[in-house]
Amino acid sequence: MVTGEPVLALRGVSKRFGAVQALTDVEMEVHAGEVVALVGDNGAGKSTLVKSIAGVHQPDDGDIEWGGRAVTIHRPQDAQHLGIATVYQDLALCDNLDVVGNLFLGREIRHFGVVLDEVAMERRSRELLDTLSIRIPSVRIPIASLSGGQRQVVAIARALIGSPKVVMLDEPTAALGVEQTAQVLDLVERLRDQGLGVILISHNMADVMAVADTVVVLRLGRNNGVFDKSSTNQEQIISAITGATDNAVTRRQARGTEGPQ
Amino acid sequence: MTDQTPNGGEERHHRPLPEDTMPKGGVNAPVPVAAEATPAVDPRLIVRQEGVKGYLGEFKRRLSSGELGSVPVVLALIVIWAVFGSLNSSFLSAQNLSNLSQQIVGTGMIAIGVVFVLLLGEIDLSVGSVSGLCAAIYAVLSVTHGVNQGVALLCALVGGAVVGLIQGFFFAKVGVPAFVVTLAGNLGWNGLMLQILGSQGTVNLPGTDVVSKLYSTFYGQQIAAYGAAFFGVALFLAASLFDAQRRRAAGIPSRPLADIVLRTVLLAIVAFLAAYTLNQYKGLPLALLIFLIFIVVLEYMLRRTAYGRKIFALGGNIEGARRAGISVPTIRITVFMICSTMAAVGGLFLAAQIQSASQTSGGGNLLMNAIAAAVIGGTSLFGGRGSTWSALLGALVIGSIQSGMNIEGLSNAIQFMITGAVLLAAVVIDSLARRTQKAAGRA
Ligand SMILES: Nc1ncnc2c1ncn2[C@@H]1O[C@H](COP(=O)(O)OP(=O)(O)OP(=O)(O)O)[C@@H](O)[C@H]1O
Ligand SMILES: [Mg+2]
Repeated sequence: MVTGEPVLALRGVSKRFGAVQALTDVEMEVHAGEVVALVGDNGAGKSTLVKSIAGVHQPDDGDIEWGGRAVTIHRPQDAQHLGIATVYQDLALCDNLDVVGNLFLGREIRHFGVVLDEVAMERRSRELLDTLSIRIPSVRIPIASLSGGQRQVVAIARALIGSPKVVMLDEPTAALGVEQTAQVLDLVERLRDQGLGVILISHNMADVMAVADTVVVLRLGRNNGVFDKSSTNQEQIISAITGATDNAVTRRQARGTEGPQ
Repeated sequence: MTDQTPNGGEERHHRPLPEDTMPKGGVNAPVPVAAEATPAVDPRLIVRQEGVKGYLGEFKRRLSSGELGSVPVVLALIVIWAVFGSLNSSFLSAQNLSNLSQQIVGTGMIAIGVVFVLLLGEIDLSVGSVSGLCAAIYAVLSVTHGVNQGVALLCALVGGAVVGLIQGFFFAKVGVPAFVVTLAGNLGWNGLMLQILGSQGTVNLPGTDVVSKLYSTFYGQQIAAYGAAFFGVALFLAASLFDAQRRRAAGIPSRPLADIVLRTVLLAIVAFLAAYTLNQYKGLPLALLIFLIFIVVLEYMLRRTAYGRKIFALGGNIEGARRAGISVPTIRITVFMICSTMAAVGGLFLAAQIQSASQTSGGGNLLMNAIAAAVIGGTSLFGGRGSTWSALLGALVIGSIQSGMNIEGLSNAIQFMITGAVLLAAVVIDSLARRTQKAAGRA
């Protein structure tokens, strides 16, 4: 099913924060209609990787390729314009705005290019939230009055506004109940069926195994294996996450760049 | 759709969606939803009952959850007017109230600009000096150099905008805290004003120039004030009805008709009472009319345009706004430009009031009064919450205290102390409201 040119590819991406080398030569490919699960322990660099793609951080080294061409993503706007939508782990919602305001922030439906079309935005918000089967008291109450899970669903719904080609979800189900988690996983599959590329970060192996086509493991900021879900099992992935098995490819690459150890 | 078997004992409630719930034409297409899946309204949502009872209930709920808005300042205004009115009947005379409505315009215009900066959660300490500087630019150009008045007026406003651009640049691009940039500006622009005024130090306005006329013109015909009141009320009613109608047509909740009528009647009472009072004296002051137009237009910009939405977003969560693709420096710089331009507008009205631009222009407690007006009027110091109407309400409170004290013959000393106490009260209310809002889940 997954063939051809990747929509999004990372080539040797590195990112350093002061004394922390958060990412080292990370490689990743996302094809249209593919769900890539990005897994790794806490602090492995998953969120940093997502933020580097989303334009929140600039990678120090390496290339981001979009449709086969190297692109520079300086700002979140650049990623949005390419068609990359992101749900951040810390959600990044504005507490003082209502649900509609947050959903459409930066992409408001407007009359004559300036005046907000609140009616259209409200109607669209309701439809969108209904598909995620979340009960939100009203789309006109400030985000501050929502529960953690409700906020998370708002953040997910926000990624679907506009017409993204790649959707990145950083632990989208961390705060969700059983029904809402199922809905989000359904949504991920729906996105894939529509030919979008999806990057899904999750610590829940059951969720990962349920929807992912490819599993990319990060360990201490480095690639530690890329697994095709159809030809692997959960134990293999878990041992890659915990470092019980070092991936042969990574070991070889490490030797190549740093010399024999 | 791949149908995975749930792994590792994790209970996963997998409900494949029927084919027709798939959005067609991209994720952005409207998605029909199975009725049983999502009841339209959360049963726990407290919905307001129709009618006056429901209105009162809603009002109480808002108060107890800290959404005070302009309620405290309106109450304060009523108390202040009642006290000074009972001390001296001339306080509530048409003449005094008419003068008051004209005198608050200068400070009020500056306060509108301060509201914008406060919405970002920042502060501008240079507005006093900037108002003086721009008044000086206008006076020196038009009087000393005989430049066309319209051009001089434009130069003063552009001067204000440039000041905002410079300060905004240092704040947004260089990263100096706004507090420090504008404190430096406070001193620097004051110096520039003294430089421009030159050796004689005072430039008198002839009183026939455009700025003086903007301030001192009255529309004496009865119809003017009533017409303005009628126009305002009709505009409000039409906008409310149109909005409710569009919402009903789109099938989303709309304001009930009784609610709209109640609001319109309240507005009409205030507007026509004000018009009646103004007509008892000289009629409708042009300055007040301009002030109201500025408030309404800028409020519309804040609430109903994409630009205004970005200002609120920045006041709520800067990083969130940035990740949503908003250019944070652009918004910051333009907001500082709006603030300084409004300071220029206010400075021109203040110059017209005293018929001159002098070395003391923009000094004294003007800065404090302008910031106090915005905060007393209900704009939060913490960012993300406020309205241009708070400039009017706050300026009215401060102006009323000054005017009442003058009538009573009380000294400046006491005036300052009382204004200070009112400002403190306003900030305390703001802080307490924020705390209650947090507790009640509204902040
Ligand atoms: N803004 C930052 N400044 C400095 N260091 C950072 C920053 N963001 C992340 N780091 C560091 O980078 C490393 C990777 O962090 P990251 O948030 O990407 O982990 P993660 O894989 O998302 O973990 P989790 O599963 O807990 O979300 C950590 O060591 C963290 O301390
Ligand atoms: Mg993370």
